[in-house]
Amino acid sequence: MRPALSVLRQAWRNPAGRVGAILLLIITLSALAGPWFLPDPRAQPDILAGSLPPGLGHPFGTDQLNRDVLARVVAGARVSLSVALLAVGLSVTIGAAVGLVSGYWGGVVDAGLMRLVDGALAIPRLFILLLVLATMERVPLPALIVLIGATGWFATSRLVRAEVLRIREETYVRAAEALGARRRHIILRHLLPNTMGPLLVAATLGVGDVILLEAGLSFLGLGVQPPTPSWGSMVLDSKEVLVSAPWAGIFPGLAIVITVLSANLVGDALRETIDPRSA
Amino acid sequence: MTHVLDVQNLRVSFPADHRRVYPVDGVSFWLDRGETLALVGESGCGKSLTSLALLQLIPHPGQIEPSSVIQLADTDVLALRGEALRQIRGRRIGMIFQDPMTSLNPVFRVGDQIVEGILAHFKISRAEARDRALHLLQEVGIPDPVERLNAYPHQLSGGMRQRVMIAIALSAEPEILVADEPTTALDVTVQAQILEVLDRLRTSRGMAVLLITHDLGIVAGRADRVAVMYAGQIIEEAPTDLLFANPSHPYTQGLFASVPRITGPLRRLTPIRGNVPAPSAWPSGCRFRPRCPKAFDKSEQEPPLLPVEIDHNMRCWLAERNG
Repeated sequence: MRPALSVLRQAWRNPAGRVGAILLLIITLSALAGPWFLPDPRAQPDILAGSLPPGLGHPFGTDQLNRDVLARVVAGARVSLSVALLAVGLSVTIGAAVGLVSGYWGGVVDAGLMRLVDGALAIPRLFILLLVLATMERVPLPALIVLIGATGWFATSRLVRAEVLRIREETYVRAAEALGARRRHIILRHLLPNTMGPLLVAATLGVGDVILLEAGLSFLGLGVQPPTPSWGSMVLDSKEVLVSAPWAGIFPGLAIVITVLSANLVGDALRETIDPRSA
Repeated sequence: MTHVLDVQNLRVSFPADHRRVYPVDGVSFWLDRGETLALVGESGCGKSLTSLALLQLIPHPGQIEPSSVIQLADTDVLALRGEALRQIRGRRIGMIFQDPMTSLNPVFRVGDQIVEGILAHFKISRAEARDRALHLLQEVGIPDPVERLNAYPHQLSGGMRQRVMIAIALSAEPEILVADEPTTALDVTVQAQILEVLDRLRTSRGMAVLLITHDLGIVAGRADRVAVMYAGQIIEEAPTDLLFANPSHPYTQGLFASVPRITGPLRRLTPIRGNVPAPSAWPSGCRFRPRCPKAFDKSEQEPPLLPVEIDHNMRCWLAERNG
């Protein structure tokens, strides 16, 4: 079993993984630094001019309200990436906690938690989300993050549980038990660090999933609410001008595709590093 | 005087095909302060399960039968649960496992792992615990202990790792050290060094040592007493010199006949026929009967432990004939 750091180092040697990582880095950096160099994404300098095609002043053109598409894509990156990171962070944490407890405690606790997960996995995630979001008048961003995070940990918990079942048979865990180590100590010091590899893979692949999910929800008008720009809601807004000003929808769409692809490339590279057989 | 450890009628059961099998079936022994008892037997005879049972570490779904008694000085170990049990583990009975390559967590420094062992039982600061860890490494004979504290397990040789394991087992100053095949995975020269360390610690700390091994060679000169296990039972027990002078159970005699000797006339090794049967296939009567060259009609009844001479017992009806 390898610590997370050496997994990262080896995944970097995978060319596809490296391309994905560099792309993600570029997207993240522009999301962080972009707003200082770009116009206000809400500004409508010449609303009567409407949507202008890509040109010198507006590299990605402007949308039907004369807002700069590049500025909006970058602002949308902030929203989409932070939703993805926070939601995945939440779901990985819950998934890891449930998996660790379930796998190490075993018995009734394990059976109970895993039947719960079985049940949850049998309901499509989008269906649960639509159901809850449809009942809400307005969806604040934190609520969206919590909802996406709280519905995304089921598979992760199974993954972690399976790892724990394997690791807890290792002699060093037996040795720690024989030494009188506390359960909390065994879980946090022996089990968790050794499940970091698979968790890292799950988290990276999860980022791609959540970006798509958020885009889908926003496209349906149930996710990020206007005027906050998110990639999904930008695609939604652009559908009336899809023929006359396709750039308003194409660029946010491309941003979704490239980000999800990059996240999946990195995730696959990590997975191949951890389990060479899955290549 | 009461014994440091007194095990009576220990039985461990596992479910198998709608019934229960007993890989450890009525084992009794005791340990006194500062002495070494060797538990000898082939793989599968139940010696490792016996040692795990001492700390209630039998893997699921196995269980210790309620009629068993494990008395640790004044403590009834099998009555303990939860926190009380945890305080026995490591603190009063320390354990060393067979394979030093997998007994240490690969992702943490050696020093941290010893420190954790100390902090599990003593309310002292990390710095103090680190100080103790340093002394422990010195005590088990590790050169450059300061440097080794910061090493990761993979940077140490097998012998060094086993020394670290011994240091960890000693960290909470247990009264009893259980060493389950402590040298099996090591080179012969390193084996001798590790056994030397164990011997020295037993003398200096007055610990009792339960040495579990399949190797009669490492028992001679190190153990005070020997108990030979076969098919979940102790079949012969005696002080080491008596057992080596007069191995009486046909199985023990078989073990000796299958060990090559350096001195004495050259002779052909005589292996014991067949293998240890699985716990589900133990024969009725004497469990060694199907493999025994001396089996006779009475072997069809199960023999109790019978005296051979003073302090020397065996589970074989032949004891009656000779006596």
